[in-house]
Amino acid sequence: MSGGPKTRVGPHGRRALVSAGGPNWFLVGIAVAFVGLFIVAPLSTVFVSALSKGVEYFLHSLTLPDSLSAIRLTLLTAAIAVPMNTAFGVAAAWAISKYDFRGKSLLTTLIDLPFSVSPVISGLVFILLFGARGVFGPWLREHDIRIVFAVPGIVLATTFVTFPLVAREVLAVMQAHGSDEEEAALTMGAGGFKIFTSITLRKIRWGIIYGMILCNARAMGEFGAVSVVSGHIRGETNTLPLQIEVLYNEYQFASAFALASLLAMLALVTLAIKTVALISERASVAQAQREATIVPTITAEGGAVGSAS
Amino acid sequence: MRLLRRGVLPGFGLTLGFTCFYVSLMVLLPLSVLFLRAATLNFSQLWDILREERTLAAFKLSFGVSLLAASINLVFGGVLAWVLTRYDFPGRKVLDALVDLPFALPTAVSGIALTSIYAQNGLLGKPLQALSLKVAFTWVGVLVALIFVGIPFVVRTLQPVLEELDPDLEEAAAILGAGQLETFRRVILPGLIPALLTGFALSFARALGEYGSVVFISGNMPFKTEIVPLLIVTKLEQYDYAGATALASMMLVIAFAVLIGVNVLERWSRRAET
Repeated sequence: MSGGPKTRVGPHGRRALVSAGGPNWFLVGIAVAFVGLFIVAPLSTVFVSALSKGVEYFLHSLTLPDSLSAIRLTLLTAAIAVPMNTAFGVAAAWAISKYDFRGKSLLTTLIDLPFSVSPVISGLVFILLFGARGVFGPWLREHDIRIVFAVPGIVLATTFVTFPLVAREVLAVMQAHGSDEEEAALTMGAGGFKIFTSITLRKIRWGIIYGMILCNARAMGEFGAVSVVSGHIRGETNTLPLQIEVLYNEYQFASAFALASLLAMLALVTLAIKTVALISERASVAQAQREATIVPTITAEGGAVGSAS
Repeated sequence: MRLLRRGVLPGFGLTLGFTCFYVSLMVLLPLSVLFLRAATLNFSQLWDILREERTLAAFKLSFGVSLLAASINLVFGGVLAWVLTRYDFPGRKVLDALVDLPFALPTAVSGIALTSIYAQNGLLGKPLQALSLKVAFTWVGVLVALIFVGIPFVVRTLQPVLEELDPDLEEAAAILGAGQLETFRRVILPGLIPALLTGFALSFARALGEYGSVVFISGNMPFKTEIVPLLIVTKLEQYDYAGATALASMMLVIAFAVLIGVNVLERWSRRAET
């Protein structure tokens, strides 16, 4: 960004004329004001309020027994939901991007479905399934298993809400990279597992990383669905967001914001990793395209497909 | 698409089988239970629940404010996407990254942060109060929260489309003597319409279901600031499962309608490209 503000040159290498002649500072001003008012102001409020009673009080709030148990439960929930959705996401992306089959677009729509379900409804469906008056309610009571208003319900609701995140990112990356290298490896006799671990995994690693951290951020921060299924038992079934609500409603604002600042930090780290992942992913697609233009000449000369380094 | 691709690489049965199993278990089973449950209500019961004055007030608020928030996001999200793709200025990358924040920040955190800013003694609440505009604990507060959660959807839908626009068309328009505003209105805008509608619909759908960021700032007064998701929670807390189920299936049907609309839009825009 040296040399001061200038008009960006479009992907086609020429100036796009409507935006030629430098930025329209009026529009830039509106955009900055909007982001400042609606995004930066709330974000900074979290940190300012968290430290409003001093660092000592901030640390005290984080180490209260209820806070610690909320942090533990949040970590546990994410530790189950994220790997499950990652395994599913990679499998789904492989099935959808490598093959054509009937009902593919239906499957893609179904995977995206949890995105368009209100978090409250996501919680409600698990009450209807596993609650005392739910479908499996009587059976669960007979066997003395608690799902709703206990940890399993929280994990289930979180998994449901974050369900599409990894699948979406990995699918996009897998489709962008194509399957040529995998098919080449197959002709050279590599098995499916070998192809996946030594070729595909390397190509899609940034998609997996980005999907996982996004999934993790949402899993740790989910409020609506978890609030419906948790039962709000302090020290037992309160996750971080629920504990924030409890503290806020008790007018312990500094403590509520102290816990909130942990999640806000997580959000910022998530965005930072996302930015890095996107840049790396673009670089790796560009590299793959460069290699793709080289490979045919190698095959023409030596007969061997150059294994991509 | 090459049909030949089917079966070339190994793992078809394994990955598709696992995917279908997991989707059925985690998505189809839970959602179908909701509709099965709603089907056990008879029609007049359902009608009574949906016709209650409190329900109607909640639907009116949810729809009205979500539409307004999506419209505001359409305008400002459009400006943001334009500025981020077309201009280079100091801090552009930071601005770009910040747009995703509402997506990454937990709703409870944004809820309490917005509430404390717009409360009567808050950073922005105080000066607005002087202008006799109350934000927190009124419908305006609900609007603010829904603008916050919806903005990334419009920006992220528009950005790739803006990046792909062909500069030749703009050049041609300029050569033919069109001014900047006319070029924008007659050359650029028509190509953006599918993306604008998609962004609007996604932002609207998100706003309709939003719960966490709204409950803190709205004050939750029945008939005044009670949104539908909150009414569902209220009914659940009173063990009124029938009422909660009726409202939830109604909301779900609307959400699916929006989703189908978005899919149709995306297909339309893809066809427009080719």
